[in-house]
Amino acid sequence: MSDWIEISSVDEIPPLGARVVHAEEMEIALFRTANDEIYAVRDRCPHKEGPLSQGIVHGKRVTCPLHNLVLELSDGKAVPPDEGCALVYPIKVEESRVWIKLQGVASKIKGSK
Amino acid sequence: MKEKLVLVGNGMAGVRTLEELLKIEPDLYDITVFGSEPHGNYNRILLSPVLAGEKEIGDIMLNDENWYQENNIKLHTGKEVVEIDRRNRKVIAEDGTTASYNRLLLATGSNSVLIPIPGNDLKGVVTFRNIHDVTTILEIANKKKQALVIGGGLLGLEAAYALKQQGMFVTVVHLMDSLMERQLDPEASSMLRETLENRGIQFLMETATEALLGEDEVWGARFKGGLEIAADLVVMAVGIRPNIALAQKARIHCDRGIVVNDTMQTYDGRIYAVGECVQHRDQVYGLVAPLFEQAKVCANHLAQLGFAQYRGSLTFSKLKVTGVDLFSTGDFMGDDTTESIVMKDVDRGIYKKIVLKNNRIHGAVMFGDTVDGSWYYQMLRDQTDISGFRGQLLYGQSHLGDSGHGGANTAADMADDVEVCGCNGVCKKDIVNAITSKGLFTLDDVRDHTKASSSCGSCTGLVEQILSFTLGGDYSEAPTAKPLCKCTDYTHEEIRQTIQRQKLTGIRSVMDYLEYRSPDGCHICRPAINYYLMSSWPGEVVDDPRSRYINERAHANIQKDGTFSVIPRIWGGLVTPAELRAIADAADKFNVSTVKITGGQRIGLYGLKKNELPAVWSDLNQSGMPSGYAYGKSLRTVKTCVGEEWCRFGTQDSTSMGVRLEKLTWGSWMPHKFKMAVSGCPRNCAEATIKDFGVVAVESGWELHIGGNGGVRVRPTELLCKVKTDQEVVEHCCAFIQLYREDAYYLERTAPWIERVGMVKIRQQLIEDGGNRKALSDRFLSSQKFAQKDPWAERTGDAGFETHEFFPLEVKVSHE
Repeated sequence: MSDWIEISSVDEIPPLGARVVHAEEMEIALFRTANDEIYAVRDRCPHKEGPLSQGIVHGKRVTCPLHNLVLELSDGKAVPPDEGCALVYPIKVEESRVWIKLQGVASKIKGSK
Repeated sequence: MKEKLVLVGNGMAGVRTLEELLKIEPDLYDITVFGSEPHGNYNRILLSPVLAGEKEIGDIMLNDENWYQENNIKLHTGKEVVEIDRRNRKVIAEDGTTASYNRLLLATGSNSVLIPIPGNDLKGVVTFRNIHDVTTILEIANKKKQALVIGGGLLGLEAAYALKQQGMFVTVVHLMDSLMERQLDPEASSMLRETLENRGIQFLMETATEALLGEDEVWGARFKGGLEIAADLVVMAVGIRPNIALAQKARIHCDRGIVVNDTMQTYDGRIYAVGECVQHRDQVYGLVAPLFEQAKVCANHLAQLGFAQYRGSLTFSKLKVTGVDLFSTGDFMGDDTTESIVMKDVDRGIYKKIVLKNNRIHGAVMFGDTVDGSWYYQMLRDQTDISGFRGQLLYGQSHLGDSGHGGANTAADMADDVEVCGCNGVCKKDIVNAITSKGLFTLDDVRDHTKASSSCGSCTGLVEQILSFTLGGDYSEAPTAKPLCKCTDYTHEEIRQTIQRQKLTGIRSVMDYLEYRSPDGCHICRPAINYYLMSSWPGEVVDDPRSRYINERAHANIQKDGTFSVIPRIWGGLVTPAELRAIADAADKFNVSTVKITGGQRIGLYGLKKNELPAVWSDLNQSGMPSGYAYGKSLRTVKTCVGEEWCRFGTQDSTSMGVRLEKLTWGSWMPHKFKMAVSGCPRNCAEATIKDFGVVAVESGWELHIGGNGGVRVRPTELLCKVKTDQEVVEHCCAFIQLYREDAYYLERTAPWIERVGMVKIRQQLIEDGGNRKALSDRFLSSQKFAQKDPWAERTGDAGFETHEFFPLEVKVSHE
């Protein structure tokens, strides 16, 4: 499939940290867990639009820096009892290179806003 | 194949254990539940309001049948288990249903005691224990007029009040000479009796019931001495007894209750027991808080984690009678070794008694005004040293002045739409609704669901009151030693001691050593552990930026729109024209939208993008201004007045002293933010008496004040001592900061820390033991050698530290 875009190497993202990717006028947070799994989540908390990329990463979750909402990185859902869901993007890692798929997702964002 | 877990007893303790278990290990067991009542799990402690017509049965259901289905739990309602076949590991219900188990959990609760007197089996003689009892009582109350309640304890009085509400004539007969003698002292007890008598309830004290009279239905009662009264409803509320029949029949060791160890195991290692049926360390509990603590421990073992221990509970009592406020906890009678503080206001119907032992609360009983009950209870649990505010103790916490909830301090008479939590905009009715509709019992539950008291915490007392007001006295409180967070059961203190004793130097090794149950902690514990490591081993431990809150990681304050603010250090509030020009130039160059003089005599630039930060810092660095740490758990500002150099009242050079203290102490990581001020005379224009460390100049030297706070809860400082020389000020300041760094918990400001440990301890360490003070100060200065590196300078320029923090990845998206 041609709509995978190469965005970085795994090493550019600190373990238990995040980097921001600017793509298609959007900000996407790229997270790396302790065991080097990579996740991509739109950099806006569903609660009050806090930049998730700035939060503390733990397990497969991130805590929003503004009001401590905790979100699952895999599906973007808030950990109950909190509610809400951030948009997530498909990611693949091949030979330490990280690829993201934006098409289709971008139109979903426009549709939802 | 999954192991099988069977729960006997579909009540609050048993189901709570399942809930706790499912939270940790949702798929470990095939679960089967037997309940003798034909309902799901309901909130038994709200039966009194149902009887009084203040709530419906539907309101008090906790887990309906959907809950069991969603969690794949097989539920048998209306089936009483009559036998445990331990050899073949199965239970047998009265209708012949069987279920085999690998582990069995007994939560059979307790039964009401039926007094062995003639007529106790007549129609119209009931106990008050479950939904069936309540519906029976309500049926009779609809038709008949005369009610007799046997027993003047908590349950009896709640029943009496409820029956009065239903329009009956109510008499309470009690064997002892005062009501609720186990929960109240004679003084409070007689006030309670007077209040209830004014509401039309009659009392027969020191009276034993001899017989209940009637052929088929009851029509009266006869007491010792021959007195007879009419009664067409008799409620026996003389106490409860653990229901141990099933366990006894299975030859599981029982005494008054089913005997369990600290892991909630019975003498049969496969069989656990929780709740009112249990006897633990010789104690039997009938309140909800201990049951929930047991449930948590039991779930920990069922989930095969195996580290939690139940060590018994401290409880308090509160009566669920609308408009009657009473509260008691601990040893409220006192003895030769205790002191009592008492306040009594007969006209207002208020009585408060606090029993003290060694400057700590040992017990309390209150009538009429119980708003501070949870405060006293908390200090009793935490063994807080109250010597610093003993004089204000009886007047309550509101005396100390919180902000954020309009000064309200009594939950009971608050209107529904009054805002309780000023940070998150949560009203009283939101909290009450969440408690009743979602079945919440703990402060943490309420915080999770409503966000009330989850930010600044100043309304915590109010929220606790709403909890106890909504649930009666029966709400659960965290045990004395609060775990650091949900990832571990260890406390702040235990974690710090482990780090120091085992010489652990990395977050990972701490988590491994403490057998953490989450892979890499959470946003609460990681920053705390990082701090304990940094402060325990200065110079050896490498800071972990990934365990820092964003502000400390990026060395700037994140704002609500994701931009950052920059505040350079302005020593003691003194600034040169060149520095002002440099700030103005930076503001121009980076199009800063807001420039503000801060509350701490500095200048803040707001609205900067993260990737602009290194460049702004570089510009400010070039004019000699380092980071102001306005984002950190560290020294913020040292506020000063102009002092003797200019002021006609000044007695010392307060500005120079402020600059000197700031130069010495900046950059040190502390449990929380730390503010100082130096005033040049007792007029105290620098407001030093609401700072963490305040210095006030007097003609003969300096007064040193500690533990003030001007934020959420205004708290003036306490005087530490008076000193003569500048050098003494410096040494005391460094020693105090070091003591705070070594002793306070992460995120504990100096004010609550001092309230927790007491001024006596601090004076001992800093004043009485001069050698110790010197040692503390030396340790502080030596750790400063490693700490005083301007983080801005480290992050600017080509060889910048952590550059990935500040710059996004650029990606070209091609559209073919």
